[in-house]
Amino acid sequence: MSVLVLVEHTDGNIKKKSFEAVQYAAEIAQKTGSTATALVLGTIADSELENLGTYGVKKVLHVTDARLNELHARAYATALIAAAQKEDSKIIIALHDINGKAVAPRVAVKLKAGMIAGALSYPDLAKGFVIKKAVFSGKAFAFVNITSDVKVITLMANSFPLKQGEGKAAVEKLDVTFGEKDFGIKVKEVNKVTGEVSLADAELVVSGGRGMKGPENWGLIEDLAKELGAATACSRPVADAGWRPHHEHVGQTGGTVRPNLYIAVGISGAIQHLAGVNGSKVIVVINKDPEAPFFKAANYGVLGDAMEILPRLTEAVKKFKQHK
Amino acid sequence: MKILVCISQVPDTSTKIVLKDNDTAVNTQGTTWIINPYDEWYALIRALELKESGAASDVHLITVGKADTEPVIRKALALGGDQAVRIDADSNDPYQTATYIADYAKSNGYDLVLCGKESIDYNNGTVGVMLAELLDADYIGFATNIQVEGTTATVKREIEGGEETDVVNFPVVISCQKGVAEARIPNMRGIMAARTRPLNVVTPTVVPAVTELLSYEMPPAKAGVKMVSADNMDELVELLHAEAKVI
Repeated sequence: MSVLVLVEHTDGNIKKKSFEAVQYAAEIAQKTGSTATALVLGTIADSELENLGTYGVKKVLHVTDARLNELHARAYATALIAAAQKEDSKIIIALHDINGKAVAPRVAVKLKAGMIAGALSYPDLAKGFVIKKAVFSGKAFAFVNITSDVKVITLMANSFPLKQGEGKAAVEKLDVTFGEKDFGIKVKEVNKVTGEVSLADAELVVSGGRGMKGPENWGLIEDLAKELGAATACSRPVADAGWRPHHEHVGQTGGTVRPNLYIAVGISGAIQHLAGVNGSKVIVVINKDPEAPFFKAANYGVLGDAMEILPRLTEAVKKFKQHK
Repeated sequence: MKILVCISQVPDTSTKIVLKDNDTAVNTQGTTWIINPYDEWYALIRALELKESGAASDVHLITVGKADTEPVIRKALALGGDQAVRIDADSNDPYQTATYIADYAKSNGYDLVLCGKESIDYNNGTVGVMLAELLDADYIGFATNIQVEGTTATVKREIEGGEETDVVNFPVVISCQKGVAEARIPNMRGIMAARTRPLNVVTPTVVPAVTELLSYEMPPAKAGVKMVSADNMDELVELLHAEAKVI
């Protein structure tokens, strides 16, 4: 018996959220009296793989096929099934991100496993295999039990703090026989956004609403975001008006964010917007309307004109960084 | 080309969640039910556009639910679609739901299955992928643009850290998000026509659920907001550093 975890990397660098998934798998292995094995796909150096030992896995299986450098969900699923068979894995973990969401449900069907999408907790083994997840886009949580023998989990990033320890994982090559259908989707063009902080994975987010008055004022949001190393986001009316690109829209019908810090500028805080951000650890609201409902959901509030406050805040962050 | 659009019924986005029965259920008394926005605004509308352009011959809608979900599927039919089917089951397990849809889809030969990127009630986003696996079909998630030519689809989709354009052969399951289409409002003609479009009810071959939802919990109430003077942003930065420990 073992716990198997799918690890993601960008051009050979393992993603921070994958360290979280590895640590999560190792912890579950400990709770269930088994060991954790990581599965890594595509081109990556052995030293990176061995380093996964510092997050608690004893063994890393590496499928070197370079076609796996791009997401081919069926091939990823085939590799996971092969690894699960080899390791006799009863618990399989991936991330609740674009890759994990495309792969894990396939694995679940193939292995007749129940699946929890977007796990926020370790399984409660006293009650079965019960895991907490967000429902109604963060307006509530649900406790879901997996009743099948094999279990598949996608873990929500930024749910557990990382604790790096000592250790070196043993790396083993895994040969997987892929079928024609595993690479049935032909990738015509890839556009990677570089330099920007990805919103879904961001630890700090600066978000603007209608109170920013127009797209010409977004420089103020971007300046603060740049100074903090934060991603930028917006409310739905802002995306609908075309002031900002749609992928920045956060809320019940947009993206959900779970950063450590969410700074909301000129956003009133409609229930749909709050649903997308209430997984944030700390919320700062800057608004000139003292009645803005967002203040009720905030940890810190600043009452006043965003156009005046933002440059001051950016300056204060700059000063703080210099003296740190 | 035949298209199947998966429709899910969800509480309206403005719904405040209230729990009942010792937090084991959601109180849905007075809840306004809507078509899951991603299913309606993007999957359904794109299917209708493909029919209007002549690329698709048939657009069928499917939902899994008991009789109380019929007003929502009728609402979907008012936007368009030749016919709808309701799988008569009360399923809260994605594997069960996907199996019921797959069983129906298998016997009807669809080229393209469209669904929303996730439903806004349980936020799993798993049914579409499971459906693809059950149909032995490809799956493209988080599509932002879908073009169809002959027996292939060219799909722009979000990937980790960017976007890519894929070419895929039918049959394929595609989950849709913003960009795929523009939302529409049903007109009176559509609402009238929806009454006469067939809505078939199918009793599924029951498969056991592999998950069970035991209980709910509300998010903890915030301790209250600490106001900082607009003239003192140094203090805010210090609080975020020393007290909140987020920077």
